[in-house]
Amino acid sequence: MIPLNHYLVLGALLFAISVVGIFMNRKNLIVLLMAIELMLLAVNMNFIAFSHALGDLSGQVFVFFILTVAAAESAIGLAILVALFRNLRSIHVDDLGSLKG
Amino acid sequence: MNLPLVLFWVYGAILIAGAIAVILVRNPVHAALFLVLSFFTAAALWILLYAEFLALTLVLVYVGAVMVLFLFVVMMLDINLERLREGFWKSLPLAGIVGVLMAIEMVALLARGAATGGGAPLAAPGAGYSNTRALGMVIYTDYVFPFEIAAVILLVAIVSAIALTLRSRKETKYQDPHSQLSVHASDRLKIVKMASEGLSSESSPQPSPKGEGANVGGGVAK
Repeated sequence: MIPLNHYLVLGALLFAISVVGIFMNRKNLIVLLMAIELMLLAVNMNFIAFSHALGDLSGQVFVFFILTVAAAESAIGLAILVALFRNLRSIHVDDLGSLKG
Repeated sequence: MNLPLVLFWVYGAILIAGAIAVILVRNPVHAALFLVLSFFTAAALWILLYAEFLALTLVLVYVGAVMVLFLFVVMMLDINLERLREGFWKSLPLAGIVGVLMAIEMVALLARGAATGGGAPLAAPGAGYSNTRALGMVIYTDYVFPFEIAAVILLVAIVSAIALTLRSRKETKYQDPHSQLSVHASDRLKIVKMASEGLSSESSPQPSPKGEGANVGGGVAK
């Protein structure tokens, strides 16, 4: 069967890729949200691998809750994005400076 | 080489390639579709870990709902792609250094763990094991209060998403439930005292009593 380390390395690579994605897509809010989802996927991968390796189902319960909160987060994030686009006709990060003092 | 390990390598390669494509492609619609591919492949990898319930949940909730929401929003917004891509390759050196360093650090730690025995193959659960049943036994006993809180979080998400995107148009007529409920009978119905018609019928025809013409019916709002 598959060793635990394989999954942990995969999760680490996925996390690093999404960090690079957040760095490079700083102007693009939608791809930023997608990179955050990828990050959560990497974390979930580690949780499930450890849950299986330790024979403890608590890790999978945590993944369940993370999925719930991530779904709520992306729904609210996209709703904010839509409201923003209605007001500014743009989702460019540089246009969001209206709170600047 | 056994079959699950081969499958792991194939799926892992697809997952990494999909994740790289998500952050590099120009079009956000293509990025969303590559993210769907990544989630689907991750679900396959979770099935290799005997986490069937979460794998199916990932496909149903993420591929079925969240990514459709992403696609919907991406297609609804009119995005200026050129402006969103400015400074994209400029930040590649910094991002590459940080990302590669992070990956090397984590992989080095894990490789050290493998050298000390952390890399033993994982055992398969016994026959008759049901992941969904086992997970349900844990969620509905030990984690029942967090489970309820998760339900409340979902409710809050629904309400806030609708409240954020709800838009009232000026030309549309709306009911105002608050003013409908706080109305009193005296606002709608006016009781008028008037002389009896029968006794004064012989006298000269009077002009209509005072109260006539008042808003007797209750149907019209103020």
